[in-house]
This record gives sequence, structure tokens and C-alpha cells, in this order.
Amino acid sequence: MSTQVPETVEEESATEAASAGKQKRDAKKRERAERVQEQREAEAAEKARSADDTYHLKVFRYDPEVPEKQEPRFDDFHVPYKQGMTILDALMWARDHYDSSLTFRHSCRQAICGSDALFVNGSQRLGCKTQLSDLSEPIRVEPLPHSDVVKDLVVDMEHFYDQMESVEPYFQTNSLPDGELDEQRQTRENREKVKMSTRCIWCSACMSSCNIAAGDNEYLGPAAINKAYRFAMDEREGEDMKQRRLEILEQEHGVWRCQTQFSCTEVCPKDIPLTEHIQELKREAIKNNLKFW
Amino acid sequence: MYEHDVIVVGAGGAGLRAAIAAHEEGADVAIVSKLHPVRSHTGAAEGGINAALREGDSWEDHAYDTMKGSDYLADAPAAETLCKDSPKETIKLEHWGMAFSRDDDGRVSQRPFGGLSFPRTTYAGAETGHQLLHTMYEQLVKRGIKVYDEWHVTRLAVSDEEKPEDRTCHGIVAYDVQTGQVEGFRARNGVILATGGLGQVYDHTTNAVANTGDGVAMAYRAGAPMEDMEFIQFHPTTLPSTGVLITEGVRGEGGILYNENGERFMFEYGYANNLGELASRDVVSRAELTEVNEGRGIEDEYVHLDMRHLGEERIIDRLENIVHLSEDFEGVNPLDAPMPVKPGQHYAMGGIETDENGETCISGLYAAGECACASVHGGNRLGGNALPELIVFGKRAGHHAAGKDMEEAKITTGKEGEYELGEVDSPVELGEAGIGEDAVADGGTAADAGASVSGADLVQRAVEDERETIDTLLEREDGIQQAEIRERVQKSMTRNVNVFREESALKDALRDIREARELYQQVFVGDKSRTFNTDLLQTLEMRNILDIAEAITLGALARNEFRGAHWRKEYQERRDEEWLKHTMLSWNDGRPELWYKPVILEGENKTYEPKTRSY
Ligand SMILES: Cc1cc2nc3c(=O)[nH]c(=O)nc-3n(C[C@H](O)[C@H](O)[C@H](O)COP(=O)(O)OP(=O)(O)OC[C@H]3O[C@@H](n4cnc5c(N)ncnc54)[C@H](O)[C@@H]3O)c2cc1C
Ligand code: SF4
Ligand code: FES
Repeated sequence: MSTQVPETVEEESATEAASAGKQKRDAKKRERAERVQEQREAEAAEKARSADDTYHLKVFRYDPEVPEKQEPRFDDFHVPYKQGMTILDALMWARDHYDSSLTFRHSCRQAICGSDALFVNGSQRLGCKTQLSDLSEPIRVEPLPHSDVVKDLVVDMEHFYDQMESVEPYFQTNSLPDGELDEQRQTRENREKVKMSTRCIWCSACMSSCNIAAGDNEYLGPAAINKAYRFAMDEREGEDMKQRRLEILEQEHGVWRCQTQFSCTEVCPKDIPLTEHIQELKREAIKNNLKFW
Repeated sequence: MYEHDVIVVGAGGAGLRAAIAAHEEGADVAIVSKLHPVRSHTGAAEGGINAALREGDSWEDHAYDTMKGSDYLADAPAAETLCKDSPKETIKLEHWGMAFSRDDDGRVSQRPFGGLSFPRTTYAGAETGHQLLHTMYEQLVKRGIKVYDEWHVTRLAVSDEEKPEDRTCHGIVAYDVQTGQVEGFRARNGVILATGGLGQVYDHTTNAVANTGDGVAMAYRAGAPMEDMEFIQFHPTTLPSTGVLITEGVRGEGGILYNENGERFMFEYGYANNLGELASRDVVSRAELTEVNEGRGIEDEYVHLDMRHLGEERIIDRLENIVHLSEDFEGVNPLDAPMPVKPGQHYAMGGIETDENGETCISGLYAAGECACASVHGGNRLGGNALPELIVFGKRAGHHAAGKDMEEAKITTGKEGEYELGEVDSPVELGEAGIGEDAVADGGTAADAGASVSGADLVQRAVEDERETIDTLLEREDGIQQAEIRERVQKSMTRNVNVFREESALKDALRDIREARELYQQVFVGDKSRTFNTDLLQTLEMRNILDIAEAITLGALARNEFRGAHWRKEYQERRDEEWLKHTMLSWNDGRPELWYKPVILEGENKTYEPKTRSY
């Protein structure tokens, strides 16, 4: 650059050049972003077209805030199939490649966090544990019935949590060993007895499948009763506590509401014998009452 | 604005334990978590909790195994604290009713685990984490501790003194997932980060989708250094299609690894002549990949893990969950056939630098659990050592934040102690992509606060900044979506910064991360709704993934040696003279700054002399 150019002008032109440079860079960035996006959409469409196998999903959509989604509807997604693909994988694929607003809860992908219980082809299942290949098409994916829908596949869980918390869902005993390193002994048989009941992941599938719970909002429901079973049957809690737990379970909206329809047991993804547990508690409750007669 | 004495971010094992501890000390404590507590990833832990409980075992032996397993990169005061406190904390869980597996005499069972000189892994079937998480959540309910669930924390409110060591954390900013409100939470005493792992930096991981390293990245940008980020643990037995974990308990119980020729390769090819399948995780992961790379893998991808010879009864008694996982996620019934397995990202040994009391260099800011690096795992974590870390350090952080007098920490934090600056030869610019107009996508800069600004005002300013960031993101009408950027980073990390590492690949990863950062300047949220906007949340998480991927790669490039899980093609030896030190990264004006601090090998009664690790 010529040394004769006055300093001020040089400065100005430098900023101008810089801002022109920035504009150019920004434009380039935008271009790249657009290119990448187009390429991606084309790839997604291509993948779906060329895959030997695509699965057809009909997914429930609803958003109270977005005018076009206030009226519930079903959206169709065609997802390319890969060996081992689950409902959750398919939903994630659809979200990541077609519609980023598709909303569902999920986290662990391995049937342990309980967040993706859904209503798939008419029954409650965990999305991550359900293979596409086990279902007939088109696969209908809906939020859990008998709960308020927050958006798309997400339901309000408050009522479920309230019921869980109403049964004093924590270990209580009057006879803890003194030493901080001393264990409370428990027989293998007793652990075996409560084992299945401790497996609950709070997915709410059972509650959603239960006719009684649907009609009676105060009914504790299978999961909460199972939680109470978990402690009532734990020999470490002691007899006094067991009495107290049975009292909670015998209340008006407790175990006696259960009409042994087995729907909860059928849908529980952790294979917890819920109906059996409820029946056993009914028997315990009767025995307990007999003592007072 | 909400206000509490202590605010715990995250509700996995570490967060729950911290909250209970703070409550024990009489603090008004609340948990803020993006997932409902029982959805936290701690629930997925399978194998068990290490605790020296039995005659014939001692915390000293456990500490020795831990130091050796760490390849002498753990700090002895932290490792000793872990091993000393673990028995008490494990039995505390038992007293809270946790359904541990039992021996015939009614005591809790223990089993062998990789790298342990005594069978000291206490467990509840193959679902230890699930039992632990639920037991602890029950205690939370019992105490009536307040939980703000489905609130996504997006930034920390930290004062902006020049030196991080002079800063104070006054609270957090969080986004209510259900309603889209951005609110401030002021913490009168302290904030404890317990946000868990960062596996989503990789595309093949055992970690949950929620494990995006939010806490580590937020603390880093607020000034707390990240420590030893290059040390990523790859677990040798994950299912090839999903990354679902098959617990080390399978090998602990006697499961055997075979290659395509049906050879028991751990012995046949001399990878671990003594311990075989029970060698440490890094050793087994490398062995498996070497088999695959040398053409003895199955379908060029995996090896077999066989447990059929254990017999159905024993399998169902101790590993029942594995039968379900293998069937549901891989379609293989392990009672009839061997399971396909390969290494997958599993655990971050590094994280937010803390001392043995869980405190960072920023006053009022604590971290515990997988997001923290009190430095108990060093170069390689032993299986079964993370769950005790949650309860031991979660509790300590909770007590400390609530104001309990703690012993003075032996580990120093921040640049206060002895340290040395480092340099790394990066092929691209590092750190923020555009400060200024584009800073929205970079997460913005902290509100500037003079000394006169009160804690509450500071939190309020941070809230306003965050509202602006989020509004701007939602207003953008086009650009590129986070899913695309995420996929690029995850793929690059798995390709380039995996079990085996070499210089050229690490540099490729840095280039890819740079490109992703620039694309992120154009990021746009397709979903415009304020209700349960997961698109927006994933976009905010993406920002964290970028910083963390960069830190892992930078650390890996800087460390010119082979230690623990960190294998370098060009450097096939552990180099103690130069590298008995922690890799530290500080966020300095939007750029990572590399420095080192020495490892502490002096324990309470002994010094842990580095020895060759042989299994
Ligand atoms: C499959 C698997 C098996 C394992 N098995 C074992 C084992 O057998 N033994 C062992 O010792 N270790 C094991 N580990 C390791 C151990 O389980 C984890 O390190 C540990 O559970 C992490 O606990 P945490 O409390 O730190 O985090 P997490 O349990 O992951 O919890 C993180 C919490 O932070 C919250 N959070 C995150 N980001 C935000 C944000 N931005 N805002 C608000 N909240 C947020 C989440 O909602 C969650 O509540 C295993 C790990 C995995 C993945
Ligand atoms: S009992 Fe079964 S179905 Fe019901 S919440 Fe628990 S895991 Fe889900
Ligand atoms: S994603 Fe956790 S249970 Fe399905």
C-alpha cells in the first residue's frame, strides 16, 4: 500500500475492508450452512427411498401453542430400517432428519430410566425396548392414554408421581443396628421375595393401562401398590411397619379397588407380577383384620 | 427468582447424596435437574460398588488397587478418602433399605471385579445403579427435599473478577422445560454440580442421551478448570448395535472372551497372562480392537463374550438383567449363544477440578460425581469405583456447601499452587468461533459485575442474558440444525479420538470440531414452541459438546505418552519423569489455556511408587 495515503483514510478503508471481509465470511458461512442442510435433506430422502426396508410410522402430534398443531393429528414418517431398530430409534431418526419439533421423552435407551413409555399399536410399551420388526404396519405411536398430553408424545406425569409418593415410599425401621458398619441381615429368600417389586422404573405404563385408575383418580394404582409391597414384604422393616403399610393399602382407594384384570401385569416392561402382588396384599390385609376380630 | 441455601444441579447418585447431606446439616436445599431424579443415568449402572467391608480386606488395599489402576495419575489424598469412606457410605445405603444381593448368612454379597486384589464389589444383581438411585430418591422423598425436575440449567451466575480464584458462584439460570420460562436460582451458600457424564460426545457410548457434559462445560466457561479430559474410559463389553453395556460382572463371574477362531485371546495372545478377562478395562479394550484390526474379529467388528458355562441358575441369580439386555437390544439369548461385544465410550475420568471436599477454585462452586475430577481415577477408573465416588464425594460436597467444618483439603485447586504452562500444536484456531455479533451461538459472555453488585442482582443479570440468547435462537428463521452438527462431532470423535490415538487423527478431529463450531454460528431451532422444546435444549447442549470434544482432543494431543486409557501410537511408553502431572484447561477470554499441575502420590502413611502395570 502506498505510504502517501493519509492515515485516517487508511484506517477507514481498513475497517471497511474488515467489515466487507466479515460480510463475505458471513455470506460464505450461510452458504455453507444452506448447502449442508440441503445435502442433508436430500440424503435423508434418498436413504428413505433406497433402503430395502422402510417402516411406516403414524405419530400423534399436538402442541397447545403452535396454531397448526393445536388440532391433534397423526403425521406419517417413513424411516429406513436397520437391523435391531426400535421404536425409539425410529422416532429419533424422524426427529433428526425430518422434523426437529417432534417431541418425546427419552434418555437411557436401555429400559432403565422409564421415560419413554408410549402407546404403540394399541398397547403400552417402552419405545426403546420395542423392536420395529415385531409390529405390524403402519405403526401407530401415541402418548400414554388417560394422561394429559403436554406436547406430541409427552404426557404430564404429576398424578403418577403423587400416587407413588402417597404410600410412604421409603424404608422405615425401628431396629437399625448400632454400628455404622453393621448390616441388617436379610435372608436370601426374603430378598428374592421383594426382588421383582424393586425393579419398577416408574414408567407409568401400568397405570395407563388400568381401567380402574382411568375411572377413579384417587385409586393408588398398580405401581404405587407395588411400591408399598416392596416395603411391606421386606423383613427388615419389622411387623409394626407392616401393619402401618397395610393400613395405607386398605384405604378406600387402595387394594380393594383392583378388579384383577391383569392389564398392568401384561404391559409392565420389567415383568413385575403386579396383579399377583396386589392379590397377595389383599390376603395379608384380610389376615391382618382377622387378628382384630 | 428462587432462593435456597444450597442448590444441587443434577439428581443422579451424586446429586441426591449431596442434597441429603446438605439437608442433614440443616440447610435449605433444592435440586434442579433436567430429568426427573429416577430417570438419571446412575440407574443404568450394573456391576457394583467397591467397599472394603470384609475380614481380609482393608481400605489400604483398595487404595493401592485404585492408585495402580489409575496408572499413578490419581491424587493419593482423594483416592484414600474414597476408599476410607466407601464402607461406611455403602452400609448407609443398606440401612436405607437398598436391596443388595445377599450371602447365605444374610450379609451383603461381594464379587470380584477387574483390577481388584480382593472380591470387594458389593452389588444388587446386575442392577446396582437402579437400586442405588431409587433408594436414595426414597430418602429424598422422606426428607421432603425440594426438587425442580425437568428444569434444564443453562449457565452459572459467577462474579467476573479477573482471576477465577477470586470469583464467587451465586446461583444458576435454568429453563423450565414444560413452560419455556427462564428463571434464576440464587444459592446463599453454594451450588453443587452433579450433572454426570459426557458420553454424547461420541456416537458409540453406554451413556444416556442426556449425558452431554453440561456441568463440566458450564463450569469451564465460568472459570473452573477442566482436569485430565483426555482420559476417556472405553468399556470392553458393549453391544455393537446400541452401545448398551454388558457389565464387567459377567467376566467377574467367569465369562470368557473369544475371537473369531474360538481362541481365548486374552491368554493366547498374551494380553494379560495372569488376569485374562479380568485385566483392567483399558487393557481388555485394546486387546479386543487389536484382535479386530488383525483380522480375528467377528464381522470385522466385535468379539464374543460367553457365559453359558456358568449355568442357567447362577446366571439368573446374579446376572439376570444381562439376559434381558442381550435379548432385547441385540436379539441374542446369552443362555444359548455367546454375546457380541466391542469397546464403547463409557466414562470420563476427567472433569471439573475439585479437591477432596468437592470444592472448585471458585468459591461457592462444588462438583461431585462423574462431572467432577477430584482425581480418584487418574488414567483409568476401576470398575465399581464410580458409585462409591458418588456417595463419598456427593456427601462431602453437600456437607461442605451447607457450612459444616471440613478438614482442610490437601489438593489445591486453580492456579494457586505449583503449576507449569503448556503448549499444544493445534492446526486450527481454538475456542469461541465468533465473539461479538455472533456470540449468541457461543453462549454469550458473562454479565460484567463490579464488586458492588449483590448476589441476587448478579443472578438476575445472568437470567436476562440467557433470555436474550434463547429469544435470539428461537427467532432465527433458517440456518443449520443441531442434529447435523452433533452427528459430525460424534462421528469424528469416534473415528479419531478413540481407544487408539495418533497425532494426525487427533489433528483431524480438531479441524472437524473447528468446522462444527463455525457451523454452530448458523445454528437454528426449527421448533418455535415454548412448550417442551427439546430442539432448543439439544441446541444448547450442543454448545457443551463442542467445548468438551475440543478439551478431550487437546489433552490427548498434548499428552505425549501412553498412560492408562490414553494410548498414543507415537509414544508407546509411560513417561513418568515428564508426565506425572494433570492436564489442566482453563477458559481464558474465550480460548482454552493449557497448564499442568503435579500429581500427589503421597498418601497418609505411604507414597505410591509408580510401578509397571501388569495383569
Ligand atoms: C451403563 C453404565 C454402567 C455403569 N456401571 C457402573 C458400576 O457397575 N459401578 C460403578 O461404580 N460405576 C458404574 N458406572 C458409572 C456410574 O454409574 C456413573 O459414573 C454415575 O452413575 C454417574 O452419576 P452422577 O450422579 O455423576 O450422574 P448421573 O446419574 O448421570 O446424573 C446426572 C444428573 O444431572 C442432571 N443434569 C445433567 N445436565 C443438566 C443440566 N444442564 N441441567 C439440569 N440437570 C442436569 C441429569 O438430569 C441427572 O439427574 C456405569 C455407567 C454406565 C453408563
Ligand atoms: S410397575 Fe412396571 S409398568 Fe408400572 S411403573 Fe413400574 S415398571 Fe412401569
Ligand atoms: S429411554 Fe430409558 S426406558 Fe426407554
